[in-house]
Amino acid sequence: MNYNTDVLIIGAGAVGTAIARELSKFQLDVILCDKNDDVGGDASKSCSSCCSTESTVTPFTLESKLAQSSRPLFYHLCEELEIPINFCGSITPVLNEEQMKVIPSMQEKAFNNGVYDVEFLTHDEIMELEPNINPCNLGGLYSPRDAQISQFMLVIAQAENAVANGVEVLLDCRVTGMEVKDGKIETVNTTKGDIHAKWVINCAGLYCDEIAKMVGECDFTVHPRKGQFFILSKDTPVKVSHTIMSIPTPTSRGTLVIPTVDGNILVGPTAEDLQDKTDKKTTKEGLDFVARNALALVPGLHMEDTITQFVGLRPAREPEGYNILVSEKVKGYVGISGIRSSGLTVSLGIAKYTIHEMQKAGLELKRKNGFIKRREGIVKFSDKSDEEKAKLIEKDPLYGKIICRCEQITESEIVQAIHRPVGARTVDAVKRRVRAGMGRCQGGFCSPLVIEIIARELNISPEEVRKRGGVSYMLDK
Amino acid sequence: MKEVYCDVVIIGAGPAGLAAAQSAKKEGAEKVIIVERDVHAGGILQQCIHAGFGLKYFGEELTGPEYAERFEEKVMEAGVDMMLDTTALEVRDNILVCTNTEGIIHIHYGAMVLAMGCRERTRANLVIPGSRPAGIYTAGTAQRLMNIYGHHVGKEIVILGSGDIGMIMARRLTFEGAHVKAVVELMPFLAGLVRNKVQCLDDFGIPLKLSHTVVDITGVDRVESVTIAPVDENKNPIMEKAEVIPCDTLLLSVGLIPENELSKTAGVPLSGITKGAIVNQFKQTEVPSIFACGNVLHVNDLVDHVSHESEAAGRYAALYAAGKLPEGDVISVEPGEGVRYVCPQKIVADGSEDVTLYFRTALPGRNSTMEVSSDGQVLKKRKSICTSPGTMEELTLTKEQVRELKSKVIVKASHEEELA
Repeated sequence: MNYNTDVLIIGAGAVGTAIARELSKFQLDVILCDKNDDVGGDASKSCSSCCSTESTVTPFTLESKLAQSSRPLFYHLCEELEIPINFCGSITPVLNEEQMKVIPSMQEKAFNNGVYDVEFLTHDEIMELEPNINPCNLGGLYSPRDAQISQFMLVIAQAENAVANGVEVLLDCRVTGMEVKDGKIETVNTTKGDIHAKWVINCAGLYCDEIAKMVGECDFTVHPRKGQFFILSKDTPVKVSHTIMSIPTPTSRGTLVIPTVDGNILVGPTAEDLQDKTDKKTTKEGLDFVARNALALVPGLHMEDTITQFVGLRPAREPEGYNILVSEKVKGYVGISGIRSSGLTVSLGIAKYTIHEMQKAGLELKRKNGFIKRREGIVKFSDKSDEEKAKLIEKDPLYGKIICRCEQITESEIVQAIHRPVGARTVDAVKRRVRAGMGRCQGGFCSPLVIEIIARELNISPEEVRKRGGVSYMLDK
Repeated sequence: MKEVYCDVVIIGAGPAGLAAAQSAKKEGAEKVIIVERDVHAGGILQQCIHAGFGLKYFGEELTGPEYAERFEEKVMEAGVDMMLDTTALEVRDNILVCTNTEGIIHIHYGAMVLAMGCRERTRANLVIPGSRPAGIYTAGTAQRLMNIYGHHVGKEIVILGSGDIGMIMARRLTFEGAHVKAVVELMPFLAGLVRNKVQCLDDFGIPLKLSHTVVDITGVDRVESVTIAPVDENKNPIMEKAEVIPCDTLLLSVGLIPENELSKTAGVPLSGITKGAIVNQFKQTEVPSIFACGNVLHVNDLVDHVSHESEAAGRYAALYAAGKLPEGDVISVEPGEGVRYVCPQKIVADGSEDVTLYFRTALPGRNSTMEVSSDGQVLKKRKSICTSPGTMEELTLTKEQVRELKSKVIVKASHEEELA
């Protein structure tokens, strides 16, 4: 099939979906495409889910500027689109005299980044805020506005809302080539057909160098920086209520101990520079490293309560730094690269900035009437009181059928996840939307049922149901 | 909200719940309810289509569904209320909150029996490194997919762990035309029953690799290979001797964990070793109105044991509901040298009945001696030509002995020849 559109966005991670949602306010035809079976990208969905004030980025850079402007946008967005966010604050404990020497420069950096509420607290004050933190601390930096967000819902909610406002999402749609003629992209070749677009925005993250190469606008490379994580069970006895950070290194924020919005403890990541963009393997060395560092921050953590481990690949640009290019050489091409671990937080600012830059280069922005500002999430059975649960079941009896016993996710929630805009088509996509299979048994009990439900609702055979994209079939064909 | 009142409520219609229900009824409980999330009774037995059940209890060999059916019939005849397709959500203020497609049900009970069974340990619990493709299943999930839904899970299989379900699945997959390339076990000895090794692995020429483990999994979409390596005496893999086995499926049979999340909502204290409730010989937990039996109490290897133990739990729950449970001094029971755990962990020294102690040895061995003592006095002693942690052992104290108990009871095991 062939498509004509005003704007094509390549890559449906945090940046791509934020741009899509922002553009959907205007009278434009927009297509958002992604090589994966679902929105969520690679880096965005496997990250530390921090929505922070980014006080540690290099001041006076584009990244710093966008970080400052981006953060306040979350207050409205999360409310309008029902995205879970928890303004839990963060603590960076100082564990030895050597680390103490870094504190003045970290505070200076924070101030230069416009983050004035980062404060040094004494040992006693830190212990009062976070009783499980390493008691050997000599005090620490407290950043009260740092938040935790559902990185899945951030992307899914914006994509759903963009679709409600007319954006078309093409999944399993990999860009295979670009036909550039006379300084203009004539055609974008994809596995779903040719796309003709007046504007092409490359926010393909880890793969943005490959797309940029097709356009002939690539003076950089991107390699994956691997981050390994543990997730601990919700009922692990030692938890934290703030994000606990280690003193950052030049390549990484260091290890974090994170209270997720869903009530788990997330521990990680590593920062390992790789070449292979598909290497999502956890390693014993990496996980041991994370566990060791995490225990230095919170010594009582029960690492044996881990329910899963995973890898995220952040795109590491060389040369480093955020880069948003509205090309002069190739008309209509916009390249977004160098969006590193701050990307989730900065994504909203990136969207606003990019669109403004495009407007300066000639994109006509006319507001559309009837923009749908709000998006309602799937009503979560397990959050409700008995009376509310009874009402839900009365309206939809499938709310009375628990499929995922660990997280108490009902059949109704799963069916809704499949039939919403940008609906789930795979087992992992269901999991990211409603958390079926995210609990202690990791889908041991519910995956046979989830396979049956997906097959029934999509009218395919169970043998065609995949875990995620590609040939990740759950069963033997 | 529907309010329901009963003498005894039982959570789970697997072998434990079915046995508890019929015996509660037999003991005189007027209204007995079973809450079961599945649409059929039988629990995991439904998917255990192999034979080997009932040799102890019925004196004949049955399949899982046959074994369950015999109990289900008794339960129905006894007039137990079976609430199928209904999930117990939590225990709150002595009310069991349940849900089904008709709404929310509050069950008010005189006594409750926990019979939820267990779940399987996962790859994540073991922290097996590698990628996370499709094709990694716990053995029980694969068994459910094959035997209940009629699906195939893969063609080229590696199984990690020599638990009973893993070995039974090795045979089952072979029957269905899959190629089971190896069963890999971290320990230097078998985790499951020896009879399963003979009948499920040896008879089909499936190699068992003891003292080996999986050190890597490859495959982006679906499993492409696993790497196994032998381990040294500290269980550290010897990477120089690692071996890549191409396969499309990895099954895990690496242990079971009692599914006690609901028990936690009721405030029932659990044992750190069994991961089940701490109970006395009446299977009564530290919350007096709550009893526990079957795999939610401690993981059993034979369903026959579960049936016996659960009948006791059902009976005592009925007595409790009627205010007739015996009372007495509470004596603690502890594992001594060579024993991993003992269940029950407490004995009420009333002496109305004999008390059977179930336990597992810490290591396998030959010419073993097992004994129960209290106050330095040996109360019971038994010799066995062979014991292993995979086989549950039992020793019974007579009611006269129970009545005389004054200080803690210790169970010990020793072997003339250690096998580990």
